[in-house]
Amino acid sequence: MFRREITFPLITFLCILLIWELITRFSGWSSQVFPSPLAVLTSMQELISSGALLKHSVASLFRVSIGFFLAVILGIPIGIILGRIKVAKLLFNPLVQFLRPISPLAWIPLAMLWFGIGDLPAIFLIFLSSFFPMVVATSVAVESIKPTFFQVAANFNFNRYEIITKIVMPAITPEVITALRLTITIAWLVVVAAEMIAVQSGLGYMILDSRNALRMDYVMVGMIVIGIIGLLLDYIMRILGNIESTAWGRLSK
Amino acid sequence: MSAIKIKNLKKSYLDKRRIARSNGSQPINHVIDVLNDINLEFEDGEMVCILGPSGCGKSTLLRMIAGFEQATSGEVLINDAPIEGPRADNIFVFQHSGLLPWMTVWENVELGLRHLENLQKKDETIQEYISMVELTGFEHHYPHQLSGGMLRRAELARALAVNPETLIMDEPFSGLDFLTHMKIREEVVNMHEFMRKTTLVVTHDIDDALIMGDRVIVMSERPATIKLEKKLNFGRPRDLGQNPELKELRDEIFFMLGVSYAI
Ligand SMILES: Nc1ncnc2c1ncn2[C@@H]1O[C@H](COP(=O)(O)OP(=O)(O)OP(=O)(O)O)[C@@H](O)[C@H]1O
Ligand SMILES: [Mg+2]
Repeated sequence: MFRREITFPLITFLCILLIWELITRFSGWSSQVFPSPLAVLTSMQELISSGALLKHSVASLFRVSIGFFLAVILGIPIGIILGRIKVAKLLFNPLVQFLRPISPLAWIPLAMLWFGIGDLPAIFLIFLSSFFPMVVATSVAVESIKPTFFQVAANFNFNRYEIITKIVMPAITPEVITALRLTITIAWLVVVAAEMIAVQSGLGYMILDSRNALRMDYVMVGMIVIGIIGLLLDYIMRILGNIESTAWGRLSK
Repeated sequence: MSAIKIKNLKKSYLDKRRIARSNGSQPINHVIDVLNDINLEFEDGEMVCILGPSGCGKSTLLRMIAGFEQATSGEVLINDAPIEGPRADNIFVFQHSGLLPWMTVWENVELGLRHLENLQKKDETIQEYISMVELTGFEHHYPHQLSGGMLRRAELARALAVNPETLIMDEPFSGLDFLTHMKIREEVVNMHEFMRKTTLVVTHDIDDALIMGDRVIVMSERPATIKLEKKLNFGRPRDLGQNPELKELRDEIFFMLGVSYAI
């Protein structure tokens, strides 16, 4: 007896492996162009034992962590300010709305010019990709707090500090955690692209480098690892959303 | 101590909707008069029940007494001092729950006591009020884990724990099943007998008003004026069937609110 939640996804996965294997055997493409699942697995083992995969994964995760962290610790307070202070919103919201739809990738030339080659331009791009979504999501969440809560705060003589810490921050936590989940996914998408241009390490660089060496098996290993780490990041954020103090957000609406 | 005076109170809202016209849509600043020249006086310790048709401005009146909103003209005085804003001795109990959903029952009740320095005294007071509304055992539950009636009781405990001068309750029994309604009404009456706080209750149930009130107010359709104000000098518990005077008043109010045959 197996649970459907496990067996059904497993069936999909096995089917894909099968189709992949069939294509490599019968399509006529050389294994250079379309390596078989087994070849990719062997290559993955090579890359793991040589330490290259770990090194590149760590490099990518490092950039994402720094850029995302900066975006979050700046984006949430700025979002709260925009959501709470009318004047700040009138002054800065147009700028945020204007910059937001510009793809972080469009910043690549400027980022390289300003920050040269290395970690800095990549971190900057990740920061840009995460910062605007966090600001916007936070300010929208702040604006949608029920007026009742502020009336309760006034009724019990809350000061400004208490209004922020006891009303605003807990009230927006569920929305902010959702935003973190969406944003880390974007940041992870961007890091790979950024690494194809500005740096000499990371999974994005590994993919580009392998392409230049015509090692499509390594390219595929890179893609698979990117997918797995993306899932893990989302999973971590989801655990964050399940902690008890945010349960009200899921259950009371 | 809180005696409340409401003098020539008017409240209008600006309705900023666009009103479609045949010559295109033009923004029109349309004024909605909600309260029209309200004059009332409540004595200290009275239980005042306010009735009126839906949308007539009952909640608006309460919000102004609580200090949440400014009057367009006229004033609300508590002990002859005009209300300048919300205060902790003038607690509002919300029509839809005003508990903070991210705090447990305990933490919600603690809100009004958070400045108490004697921690033991604080914990005892919190526990005392939670027990008083019979929520012992639910101290560490979150609002979404409570039933409708428990939510009202928790909010009542939070309000009473600050020992306010005035308690302002907006439809405290709405949305409850019949038995819970009766039970919580009884609790509010007992609480009032016991503490004698000036209590304002908006309700749409005429029997609630007649059974609970020391004074009954009936408001008219918007813009609201006072249609009827009556002091009820009857002891409690009251039996509407046995009291011809109350029975007559009941018919009168039903008629006033547009129902010709009181059921
Ligand atoms: N902020 C506001 N802006 C504009 N109009 C408002 C505002 N608040 C209330 N009103 C209007 O004032 C009127 C009275 O509202 P209020 O909530 O006081 O009614 P109520 O008597 O409490 O009704 P109910 O019995 O349904 O709760 C309504 O017609 C409403 O449209
Ligand atoms: Mg109302």
